[in-house]
Amino acid sequence: MKAMSALAAGLLFSRLAGTALTVFGVLLLTFLLVHLVPGDPVDVMLGESATAADRTQLRSDLGLDRPLPAQFADYLGRLAKGDFGRSIHTHAPIADLLAVRVPATARLALLALALALSVGLPLGVVAALSYQSALDKAAVFAALTVSAMPHFWLGPLLMLVFALWLPWLPVSGMELPGAILLPALTLACGLAAILTRMTRASLLEVLNEDFVRTARAKGLPERVVILRHALKAALLPVVTVVGLQLGSLLAGAVITETVFGWDGVGRLLVESIEKRDYPVTQACVLVIALTYVLVNLMTDLIYARIDPRVRSGA
Amino acid sequence: MRLPLAVLLFWLIAALTAPLLELAPDAIALDKILAGPSASAWLGHDDLGRDLLSRLLAGARISLSVAAVVTAVTFSIGTAIGLIAGYAGGWLDRVLMHVTDVFLAFPGILLAIAFAAVLGPGIPNLILALCLTSWVGYARLTRAQAMSLRQRQHVLAAQSLGASTLRIMVRHMLPLLAAPLLVEMTFSVASLVIAEASLSFLGLGIQPPHASWGAMLRDGVRYLLVAPHDVLVVGLSLMSLVLAINLLGDKLRDILDVKR
Repeated sequence: MKAMSALAAGLLFSRLAGTALTVFGVLLLTFLLVHLVPGDPVDVMLGESATAADRTQLRSDLGLDRPLPAQFADYLGRLAKGDFGRSIHTHAPIADLLAVRVPATARLALLALALALSVGLPLGVVAALSYQSALDKAAVFAALTVSAMPHFWLGPLLMLVFALWLPWLPVSGMELPGAILLPALTLACGLAAILTRMTRASLLEVLNEDFVRTARAKGLPERVVILRHALKAALLPVVTVVGLQLGSLLAGAVITETVFGWDGVGRLLVESIEKRDYPVTQACVLVIALTYVLVNLMTDLIYARIDPRVRSGA
Repeated sequence: MRLPLAVLLFWLIAALTAPLLELAPDAIALDKILAGPSASAWLGHDDLGRDLLSRLLAGARISLSVAAVVTAVTFSIGTAIGLIAGYAGGWLDRVLMHVTDVFLAFPGILLAIAFAAVLGPGIPNLILALCLTSWVGYARLTRAQAMSLRQRQHVLAAQSLGASTLRIMVRHMLPLLAAPLLVEMTFSVASLVIAEASLSFLGLGIQPPHASWGAMLRDGVRYLLVAPHDVLVVGLSLMSLVLAINLLGDKLRDILDVKR
């Protein structure tokens, strides 16, 4: 028992060390982004009409006149204190902007996740249990079709159907009640499609395993065999998919928020790019990427807790 | 599988023959602004009165060209990096894999958006941004395969006969990687088409007056409520192409018996 937990601790440690290294790489790459700007980033940000004094001021504000390693150390030091710098455009602290925008995106992503889970899981189970039936084929085809629809096409389509042809929901914005539904639905569709396919494939595989045959041979009712034995094992790989896809939801939010005028981190990113407000662009990219890394880490840890095979270190 | 193949061939032929068709994708007709489909223009007109069918075909050419260039570049670079990492092993492998880990830490097209944002708009920068982000898949796949291949008898035999590292990688390992790489390439092309359209939709990719499906959707969404035909036509085209490639990729995977 002791050897097993030592093994599990070792796995945990190497996973945490790997994550720390990845986070460092993400910070370095985001920091270097501004230095990829062709020409002088200060010129690009301020435009042609800026005075020499303004340029010098911004250059020293951003620390661009110092050597790269010193700039990077400075960047990390400020981030550690929760200081993301200031917007070049509005001079507002970026941390304040994020404090407003992150919760808006979080609400959207969590609702989308809830919608996707409540459609994808049952549909996948039903499809697997009626393998090769018309219903199964329809579910598989629908999932395939929906995953070929990018957000910037699905979003407007839902807008047409639910806001124009059936005037049930607001077209865009954030003020009206129900305004969150269309963007959340747009994000949810792709995820629901993936969950349907994964749940179906996973359950089909598990249904052929010995322990399911044993449960049936014991004379357990089919309901108990499916719900208590098969589904429990089948949903394990789905946990990983949910974790991975929650990050993609954040990336998808960039486009979905732009389509629906939802003021979250994604829209802030697009606005900052249009205004060439690079410190804001940098901060948004960093926040989304770090969230993704943390969600993946948490997924792995949860997986290790719930999967008896990983838990015992086998 | 006939229908997906027909759809893919249709768009490929459209992309290849677009210059021969005497299309006028940029011809503005102010009296036909946002006009719906008619006998003279089967798919209707856009917000500047340009013929949507012409723009759709011209856009297919640009989108597929971008996808082809990016695929050629990232396939070569990604496969080379994967082969080196998988064959050499050791510290070089660890460093290269940590680099891919960092790239994979940016979900979806976020990193391509970031690169495109700082590089500025335009086709060369769009291609660069997509190249910088899409070599990772090939590298990871090749590396995983190469690690098991280097233990194979014929590779060990070649080594003991004194074949050079380059020769072993190219002549003895690469041919065995062809099947999984081909499947990976199929799915990668589909996601490149979507990525290009996404960046152009955000205004970061192909710039007006060039026709691109993403940029057309961007314009179309602005007039969605008055002229839905614009968005519907472009979106359906994009979906048909992506769905066709994905279905063919699934089929190819089954035929070549590749596990993902």
